[in-house]
Amino acid sequence: MERLSSPAELEKARKSIVSKRDAKKPCITVCSGTGCHAFGCEKVSTAFQNEIKRLGLEEKVDVRTTGCHGFCERGPLVVIRPRDIFYQRVSADDAAEIISETVLKNNVIDRLLYADPNTGKKIVHEHEVPFYAGQKRLVFGNNGYIDPSSIEDYLAVGGYAALGKVLSGIKPEAVIEEIKKSGLRGRGGGGFPTGIKWESCRNAPSPDGVRYIICNADEGDPGAYMDRSLLEGNPHSVLEGMLIGAYAIGGHEGYVYVRHEYPLAVKNVRLAIKQAEEYGLLGKNILGSGFDFSIRINRGGGAFICGESSALMASLEGKVGEPRAKYIHTVEKGLWEKPTTLNNVETWANVPLIINHGADWYTKTGTANSKGTKIFSLVGKVNNTGLVEVPMGITLKEIIYDIGGGIPGGKKFKAVQTGGPSGGVIPDSLINLPVDFDELTKSGSMMGSGGMIVMDEDNCMVDIAKYFIGFLEGESCGKCVPCREGLKRMREILDGISEGRGKEGDIDLLERLSTTLTDGALCALGSTAPNPVLSTIRYFRDEYEAHIKEKRCPAGVCKELITYQIIKEKCPGCGLCIKSCPAEAITSGGKKQPVILDQEKCIKCGACYDVCKLGAVKVS
Amino acid sequence: MVKLTIDGRECRAEEEKTILEVASENGIHIPTLCYHEEVSPYGACRLCMVEVTRKGRKRLVASCLYPVAEGLVVRTETPEVNNIRRTVIELLLARCPDSEVVQEMAHDLGVDKPIFSLEEDNHKCILCALCTRVCQEVVGVSAITLVNRGVDRQMATPFYDFSEVCIGCGSCSFVCPTRAISFEDVGDTRVITMPHVTMEFKLKKCSKCGKYWAPERQLEYIAKTAGIAPEAFDICPDCRD
Ligand SMILES: Cc1cc2nc3c(=O)[nH]c(=O)nc-3n(C[C@H](O)[C@H](O)[C@H](O)COP(=O)(O)O)c2cc1C
Ligand code: SF4
Ligand code: SF4
Ligand code: SF4
Ligand code: FES
Ligand code: FES
Repeated sequence: MERLSSPAELEKARKSIVSKRDAKKPCITVCSGTGCHAFGCEKVSTAFQNEIKRLGLEEKVDVRTTGCHGFCERGPLVVIRPRDIFYQRVSADDAAEIISETVLKNNVIDRLLYADPNTGKKIVHEHEVPFYAGQKRLVFGNNGYIDPSSIEDYLAVGGYAALGKVLSGIKPEAVIEEIKKSGLRGRGGGGFPTGIKWESCRNAPSPDGVRYIICNADEGDPGAYMDRSLLEGNPHSVLEGMLIGAYAIGGHEGYVYVRHEYPLAVKNVRLAIKQAEEYGLLGKNILGSGFDFSIRINRGGGAFICGESSALMASLEGKVGEPRAKYIHTVEKGLWEKPTTLNNVETWANVPLIINHGADWYTKTGTANSKGTKIFSLVGKVNNTGLVEVPMGITLKEIIYDIGGGIPGGKKFKAVQTGGPSGGVIPDSLINLPVDFDELTKSGSMMGSGGMIVMDEDNCMVDIAKYFIGFLEGESCGKCVPCREGLKRMREILDGISEGRGKEGDIDLLERLSTTLTDGALCALGSTAPNPVLSTIRYFRDEYEAHIKEKRCPAGVCKELITYQIIKEKCPGCGLCIKSCPAEAITSGGKKQPVILDQEKCIKCGACYDVCKLGAVKVS
Repeated sequence: MVKLTIDGRECRAEEEKTILEVASENGIHIPTLCYHEEVSPYGACRLCMVEVTRKGRKRLVASCLYPVAEGLVVRTETPEVNNIRRTVIELLLARCPDSEVVQEMAHDLGVDKPIFSLEEDNHKCILCALCTRVCQEVVGVSAITLVNRGVDRQMATPFYDFSEVCIGCGSCSFVCPTRAISFEDVGDTRVITMPHVTMEFKLKKCSKCGKYWAPERQLEYIAKTAGIAPEAFDICPDCRD
């Protein structure tokens, strides 16, 4: 490929790529994201390729391996485009049949279709699958259409057009104005207005003119993987966003700070950088405009705290990844004391979209103060789990019931935890809450990076608070006293409550420690850490009180406070539980007689409860 | 110069200064445990938190780090500030019940008895990093660091062993607010006791009076960095003139 030396040449190159492609030609897209990998998608795509070679169909059918489509739970996923036929749980053995039946004869294979768990109805097309139907996949959508290792694929869907547009003579200030007008807010947690951040960075004095651009791809929240999926599945969109940001801010050096455990993301970004350089889209004199920008990849320090902006910059400088007080903002003095703009992966990926379609178009999606979409990682007690991109302002109910398909096993919805480990829980009574930055904060939770864990009646709220405080205690860097010592004490108190040692005054003490962290901690890890505790106290105080005063765990979770008992009338003595009990606490009560559970030996693991199909084991 | 108000008092200050420095110049006391004028501020103990109002916006900040600005209104004692200080000192009292400094400060802040269970294996170290900052910034050797994350954090030498770069100067001990590091010269040996390691240093004998007067390593280090002939230290300062 020759270097493109002007925006016009870029458009010419795009036209030539598109003209060589036949939009009607069948394309078998096989998801090759990390989730589908776990289900063996590699064998599936190889099987397709071999079969096509065997039949000599190379000219007639394309096979494309793509990044994550979001519905990882049903992987490996295969979509036959352009007809949009959606197959799930596909194995290598299905490949020949899919080609002979679906690709060549247009027959749908019933067995591989997705069945709606609520109605049992089989669904043929991808866009009709409820999981996808309720989404608005502006940022994430191309993941299912392009091969991340092919810059041509990205160009074919309009890639780098936004860069071409700004380099065709839009002034940097005008780019910033457009981003400001779009209302884009940071997707990494804080929700800070991106345009204002860029403007401050551009205006911050830098004697030698150096300004740095950083992409935060540290993604430390347990269970979150939207940034990973974007980088793995559509790396060029992130690079394009950074390029536009760099042009607007006046920066020439950029870094992608990637979490240590993301090798595929590193590989795909590295390749994308190389390709963009070859095309003249990165490096010196980009598209003949005189603008220079280069990007380097940096592997993360391996700790949750390294995602925090000042710790991340310390880590990039080769120092210990610990936060510092940011009374002088990083947009003024960031990396190596130079003005620095740090944005999250998803924030960067929104930028080309805004430039391409304009701020007016962008602001049509969302609420008054939260524009555009947000990608959430929907997990927990919900039928459909995976990555979902939804318009800001959608209600929790729509996400959990329409997209997520509701709560499995006929259980009752209890709460949803949003915002990652330092987010809060939102109870059933707020199920109609519109999801945006401000509403989530008002409810005592936060947007965070977009974690969404659904909980049902079997989740104990004290246990949930204990879990997250324990996580944060382990991730506290240990620098400041409120966070290091305070989280430890909060966890001790929560341990006590869940183990039946709760005392009068514990709730007050938890609240006082929380205030100390919120007001006094050095960085946002500590100052947001009390959210799981404060929100569970706010909405489920009675559950705390049951633990403290009555030594009772209403959800039947806290081991020290529960007993397992056999309901004699229901137990025919089948003995399944006897085999499942690891402590040998259950013995036979004689033929066709209820089994006997020895409370002394019971370790309260719940194995008997889980295994009994007749509901003869009760928790109390 | 900028003008600001601290606890209702008008103060004039140079621009680069922090609230803590200006308060202290004006005789206003703010408690601290991780601050020392010889080293860069760190912001870890959070005892120095104050309330600032700037352009109508109120927030709580660490005064040892926060730079003064024109029109800033500072209050060093508010209910929120006092809650942070009280809770911080309660937490430190549980961590280091044997530290007299912490006990005294707790008393001053109206905390009489610990409310959290006491740390059993307490070493008086509050992890303020004054020792490591002095060793790095003033002595220039970085013999000690804070290792591990979160509650496992400890002040230590590399591998909890004799630090090959430590010169035995004892600066860390001088600066430690809680006396978690101590040193003692016994005969020809200096013993430095840190929370997790004890190190011994051979002392140099004065060729005139025969007194052991400084660690040999320290003298070698000074000789090397200052470009002085090592023989200059054969005689102790007392015998020199
Ligand atoms: C403990 C902690 C961890 C964080 N981890 C991440 C992360 O993994 N990825 C991220 O983009 N932002 C993370 N942030 C937020 C960043 O500090 C920063 O606000 C963000 O990257 C700015 O980008 P944005 O404006 O595009 O959101 C974290 C913040 C804290 C306090
Ligand atoms: S709040 Fe926690 S993570 Fe942040 S600096 Fe303090 S100890 Fe470290
Ligand atoms: S005695 Fe050693 S550790 Fe302490 S300040 Fe001197 S050189 Fe550093
Ligand atoms: S040993 Fe002393 S100076 Fe060093 S961190 Fe501990 S308390 Fe601070
Ligand atoms: S990895 Fe295939 S859908 Fe997520
Ligand atoms: S003196 Fe300011 S935080 Fe310790």
